[in-house]
Amino acid sequence: MKAPQPAPSDAPVELDDLDRRLVLATQGGLPLLPRPYAALAHELGCNADEVMARLARMLETGIIRRIGAVPNHYALGYTANGMSVWDVADELVDRLGADVGGLPFVSHCYRRPRRLPVWPYNLFAMVHGRSREQVYSQVDEIARLLGDACRGHDVLFSTRILKKTGLRIGG
Amino acid sequence: MDDIDRALINTLHGGFPLVAEPYRAVGQQLGIGEADVLVRLRRLLDDRVLTRFGPLFQVERMGGAFVLAALAVPEERFDEVARQVNALPEVAHNYRREHALNMWFVLGTETPDGIAAAVARIERETGLAVQCFPKEREYFVELRLPA
Repeated sequence: MKAPQPAPSDAPVELDDLDRRLVLATQGGLPLLPRPYAALAHELGCNADEVMARLARMLETGIIRRIGAVPNHYALGYTANGMSVWDVADELVDRLGADVGGLPFVSHCYRRPRRLPVWPYNLFAMVHGRSREQVYSQVDEIARLLGDACRGHDVLFSTRILKKTGLRIGG
Repeated sequence: MDDIDRALINTLHGGFPLVAEPYRAVGQQLGIGEADVLVRLRRLLDDRVLTRFGPLFQVERMGGAFVLAALAVPEERFDEVARQVNALPEVAHNYRREHALNMWFVLGTETPDGIAAAVARIERETGLAVQCFPKEREYFVELRLPA
């Protein structure tokens, strides 16, 4: 069972000038040097303890989701990456969305607006597998969970990564 | 990619140590040296097995916005439109998907107004209507695929 998401807090966190420069200095990645925080501190004109303390604070406040590696799914053998999308009754979507998000093979799960008539789906769940068959069986599991609350669904497989740089904010 | 690479990727999913010599600490967990960690990480990034390594920021927590958007691109213009869309720094990821809406990308900007500006620019340059799917509720986000 996966841990639930921490309760969202809506209030944005204020960044001071040094925080902001730290974001700019690390959004492309951490230095691949034995002392990466000291290298950042040198660049930013502070010390390594200050860099680590600020990163720790940004983790606590949710400015940073995690510090780690972002794999290319395809390179890890997850060649079937499907965005499953569901038309779920509005009064049930929040409860069921949390259940779908709790499935071990769902990596991201969101409620988003419908765009009628072209797009009737309001629940998005990303599923990843080593084959399309595996993804389809995962999608079947979601369909069973949603039951009659779901009026229709689709799976949009990704066939090419056109860009994956992550977010960059300006200087 | 060998077993140590796989173990390294799994270890580096999150919780990278905030200590003076974090790569040495990661190496100790895996029973390899600091230099080996750095060489492997460099290679995994160069080979695009990893797309990045570092802090993953949540732009919404900084007052910014993140929006999923899609285009229905005529097949013969697909590569051209992909270039136009990818040229915007606000486009964080972009995927081709099998659907009439065949291009799905994420816009991230420092202010909510930045999204509207980026959408307007894409519509102007491509002549195509952008469908926006802003997140209304997040139920789960934790991409962790065992390597």
